[in-house]
Amino acid sequence: MTNIKDKLLDRSNVDEYIKISGLYKTFQTKDCSLQVLKGIDLTVRKGEIFGIIGFSGAGKSTLIRCINRLEEPDSGSIKIGGVDILKLSKKELLEKRKKIGMIFQTFNLFEAKNVYRNIAYPLEISGVSKSEIKNRVLKTAELVGLSDKLKAYPGGLSGGQKQRVGIARALITKPDVLLCDEATSALDPKTTLQILDLLKDINKSTGITILMITHELDAIRYSCERMAVLEDAQIIEVGRVRDIFNNPLSRTGSLFARVYTEFQQIPELENGAGI
Amino acid sequence: MSLLDSSFWEIIKASFAPDIWFRLAPAILETLYMTALSSFIMLVFGLFLGILLTITNPVGLLPMKIIYAVSDWLINCLRSLPQVIMIILMIPVARLIFGKSYGTNACIIAISATCIPMYARMVEGSLLEISKGKIEAAKSVGSTNFQIIFRILLPETLPSLIRGFTVAVITIISMTALAGLFGAGGIGDIAVRFGYQRFQHDVMFASVYVLTAFVQLIQWLGNFISKQILKKRNLI
Repeated sequence: MTNIKDKLLDRSNVDEYIKISGLYKTFQTKDCSLQVLKGIDLTVRKGEIFGIIGFSGAGKSTLIRCINRLEEPDSGSIKIGGVDILKLSKKELLEKRKKIGMIFQTFNLFEAKNVYRNIAYPLEISGVSKSEIKNRVLKTAELVGLSDKLKAYPGGLSGGQKQRVGIARALITKPDVLLCDEATSALDPKTTLQILDLLKDINKSTGITILMITHELDAIRYSCERMAVLEDAQIIEVGRVRDIFNNPLSRTGSLFARVYTEFQQIPELENGAGI
Repeated sequence: MSLLDSSFWEIIKASFAPDIWFRLAPAILETLYMTALSSFIMLVFGLFLGILLTITNPVGLLPMKIIYAVSDWLINCLRSLPQVIMIILMIPVARLIFGKSYGTNACIIAISATCIPMYARMVEGSLLEISKGKIEAAKSVGSTNFQIIFRILLPETLPSLIRGFTVAVITIISMTALAGLFGAGGIGDIAVRFGYQRFQHDVMFASVYVLTAFVQLIQWLGNFISKQILKKRNLI
């Protein structure tokens, strides 16, 4: 068993841009403690789109939140470009966060601000001049295809448009890394595809490293070069997406195949029962 | 004119007599003054306390157990005192500050002491409504706690803060009327002195009109403003 696991863990990384090692996190409640990350080791290359997949409760949300320290891990290290995020002081962290963009499943836009001010917000709090802000907001809005919606409020936008605002807000500070927390899970298939295409384009044109977590296998297959599989707070598999999907030994394959086949079994209705 | 010797309709007619309204005019100004000043004091301190409660909360932006526990306890203590008792309790405090225990200024202290903790709780309730995701998004772009409070938390919850403030101002109006019993002046004072002690029900009716109009106007204004904001944000 360990043999197979060792073989599947891709240890041939040349470029360790993001390097997570020995990451542990336990949530303490009054009467029980829940270990959500049990010694995560992971490396992501600069400029790649890396996917982390797992079922609900596998710990993937916590993992991605540790990278910009929205969640504080108990132990371990997270290095981005050689800088250990977990060793940064509070002030340094605030600056570093401007170089790590994040988008969310629920978009989390500021409803009190229009699209322009949502996108401008990260610059507004950094003391950037108004003309510079305007310049960059217009450019970023064009990049995500929102130039005609700048005066609209998030309340009046569709899901896809909202996520575009989220992406623009995350990119306005020209970050090196973009974290995607289930960024397409609340969107319909067509919009999902558009957003994934947009992320791929941005990745190509800016060279930004994208780390996405999702439970949607298709999203990863469509956009990622490499992926990791998280199950029960541990990484059970890392490698190229193609290899993992083609490998019959892959635990992921069997994991998702099991779910897939279960979906395929259409329950036979007995004389219209249940209708 | 009293209900003892006149009909209801006659009193209503008499209540529009000019001399009643001349007598009422200064009282209306007093009530407006008390309400405005108390509302302002309540807004400032209530907002401050409400923000303090929200961020020092164990799950807040800046958890501080002792500060949270103390302010929580203090607010509960102040809120457990009925308005009448608060007015009586604040008499020595007013004497200490203003040198006299009656008058409009003196009663503002009692009104503030009652309404600040009440509005603080309303603010806390409004601020806690904000989704955790928005705070996370603000954090993820490197906002300081100060920026999160003033650029995200308050603007996002503004419609709810306004609705709470409206309710609180109406409570202040009713409390100024009560304070009229204790020499605070204002419409309450007129209603008690003429309507209760001298059976001049026409005067009392007139004061009821004024109070009703105040409350209607303030509630309408509060609803209108918060609705306009929600409309602008495309949320209704």
